[in-house]
Amino acid sequence: MKSTLTAARYVPRVLAILLLTLLAALTMATFSVSSAHADEVGTEYDYTVTGNVQFNGDALDGVAIALNGNGYKADTVTDADGKWAIGVPEKGTYKVTLDEDTLPDGVIVAKGGNVIDAEFGLTNRKSVNFFLGEGTRSTVNFFDQFVNRFVNGLNFGLLLALAAIGVSLIFGTTGLSNFAHAEMITFGALATLVLSVNLGLPIWLAILIAVVLSGGLGFGLDAVIWKPLRRKGVAVIPLMIVSIGLSLALRYVYQYFFGGSTSQLPGAGMRDLQFGPVSLSPIDMASMGVSIVVLLAVAYFLLRTRIGKATRAVSDNPSLASASGIDVDNVIRIVWVVGAALAGLSGVLWAYFRPGVSWDMGFQMLLLVFAAVTLGGLGTAFGALVGSIIVGLFVELSTLWLPSDMKIVGALVILILVLLFRPQGILGRKERIG
Amino acid sequence: MDWGAIFGNAAVELISPTTAAYALAALGLAVHFGYTGLLNFGQAGFMALGAYGYAISILTFGFPVWGAFLVGVGASIVFALILGVPTLRLRADYLAIVTIAAAEIVRLLFTTNTFADVTGSANGLSGYKNEFAALNPLAPGSYGFGPFENNAYDTWLRIVAWSIVILAALLVWQIMRSPWGRVIKGIREDEDAVRALGKNVYAYKMQSLILGGVFGTIAGMIFALPRAVVPSNYQTTLTFFIYAILLLGGAATVLGPIIGSMIFWVLLSFFSGFVARAVEAGWLPFMTSVQGGQLRFILVGVAIMLIVIFRPQGIFGNKKELAFVR
Repeated sequence: MKSTLTAARYVPRVLAILLLTLLAALTMATFSVSSAHADEVGTEYDYTVTGNVQFNGDALDGVAIALNGNGYKADTVTDADGKWAIGVPEKGTYKVTLDEDTLPDGVIVAKGGNVIDAEFGLTNRKSVNFFLGEGTRSTVNFFDQFVNRFVNGLNFGLLLALAAIGVSLIFGTTGLSNFAHAEMITFGALATLVLSVNLGLPIWLAILIAVVLSGGLGFGLDAVIWKPLRRKGVAVIPLMIVSIGLSLALRYVYQYFFGGSTSQLPGAGMRDLQFGPVSLSPIDMASMGVSIVVLLAVAYFLLRTRIGKATRAVSDNPSLASASGIDVDNVIRIVWVVGAALAGLSGVLWAYFRPGVSWDMGFQMLLLVFAAVTLGGLGTAFGALVGSIIVGLFVELSTLWLPSDMKIVGALVILILVLLFRPQGILGRKERIG
Repeated sequence: MDWGAIFGNAAVELISPTTAAYALAALGLAVHFGYTGLLNFGQAGFMALGAYGYAISILTFGFPVWGAFLVGVGASIVFALILGVPTLRLRADYLAIVTIAAAEIVRLLFTTNTFADVTGSANGLSGYKNEFAALNPLAPGSYGFGPFENNAYDTWLRIVAWSIVILAALLVWQIMRSPWGRVIKGIREDEDAVRALGKNVYAYKMQSLILGGVFGTIAGMIFALPRAVVPSNYQTTLTFFIYAILLLGGAATVLGPIIGSMIFWVLLSFFSGFVARAVEAGWLPFMTSVQGGQLRFILVGVAIMLIVIFRPQGIFGNKKELAFVR
């Protein structure tokens, strides 16, 4: 459970103080120190780390202090005068931690944090003081945090699904694991950035045009690269390596033109609204709404329209589909256009979620997309949706326990575990794994 | 335009330890991909384990060089087992996705602040070279000639690095002619046929994954010795570079990865030097020097595509022994 500072008002006048300045150290050093402390640790050592915990001039009793460093560990509590001292075996750098839970209500560590690195100078004593201030420390209830992360995870999962369905359809119809999908995601965000910020179009129009352009990119890539390669009879694995080369080249073409910096789309910094425990910005809500509508439309396309049924047929068995009169090349072209357009839209939403547009944003998301597709079952469109939502929820919920710079690790570990126990994915059929 | 410096800098790459490291890593990939048909996209992960295994053993635990070397190799064997157990029974592209994910897990674990005391987080590690330098039998001074002139440490490093590469190449050459190698190549051509002959395909694949992974790990150590260990060096781009080298030289060859690495680095250094100088001289007014630096990545990406499409067997490969599994 995380504790967060909600109202860390730091009031200079009351600035809690801490003393043990040179004067104090000198005076104490002249007398015997040991008796001054109710609970002194490590008196057998020559070197001492000391401190005095006071707030508004009042000594704080019973505040827990922990020290750690150079392979030595000790803890103590302050005495009635607010003083503490810990003897250490050698001069060096120690980490001193004040346990905020033992402070009286309404008192917090105001600045500098509750962990201080203490390094000995020329003397045998080192004083460490914490700056206390008025304020309240509130612990957000675990359930509320869970609900909030859950909604965020749902949002992330939905935008992941937009990209994953494209990857899955392309895999299903052509057998290609398309690494360049990352660059199709980035393309949507970059196109929106250019149209809205550089050309000044309203954001909804910019996104619309960017999605259309993304579809055009998919059409172009299919016409220029993938269709000739299919004609040439290039096998699946070389195709995948070509897509890796394409991904690398496109990614650095983006960096060549846009540089390495991150830019924001219009409206990215909108304030969050509170709904009970859940805080969402209007952009987040629009993002979820758009994702759901588009996903429903894709589902309708796949289940109800002629061309959608043809797509599923090709995905199931290309030769049989071709023999029953389906124009396989046409279906694959449509899949590339639809997949690229969905990827572009996903890129725009990802730019708002991260937040920011950068040249390698798609590549940062690509492995999660692959994880989602594999989880759901390679080549199944609805598996991709289920897998995406699981990955999205898992990435966000894992931050309740894992440090946030490791949230992607959790999702990737899950990917490997699923392959161990259910290699065909959640909705995949067993025969697909070959 | 200082052509001498451009050619000189390019020539340096011919025998640089970095070239040796890439050659060795590519040789490992040749065992995986070229001979066995395993699509390992996690070679950067194996290299990171080698570099970090070596550096952490020396810095945190104070191991001697051979101990640190064994720690790195041991880590990569464990890593190969973890990768292989869930995926070697599955289709090739699953292995590709899992290995690339696993390599990213390794890199993120080395990058996270959680273990900063040991891994140095995003800043990485340095200061582990003294132990290796202490083994140097060469007297201080400079050795070699022209662009290949180096001080005693760099010469020692080059001798060790290239000796390892040559030993590894001889090993691969010999085992691929052995019965073991014939089974391995059989797995690449037709897994079911090999299985029908009563061979344990899974075990052979695992052995191949471990062997190539250990090559990658040693390559990671060689890669780390002339520089510091920084997690951002071990991104998936590193794996793609090694694939470019492998495909350039020829995937199912012994000399291909080595000559491929030399050609790759000499050309890349020549190209980068030329573009940088051309930008300075104002020949390319539409380009900044930063943009010039990115051109090399675009070039590598395009090169990968063109080689796979137009010469899939690479420079040294045999058209009959096409490296690509179906």
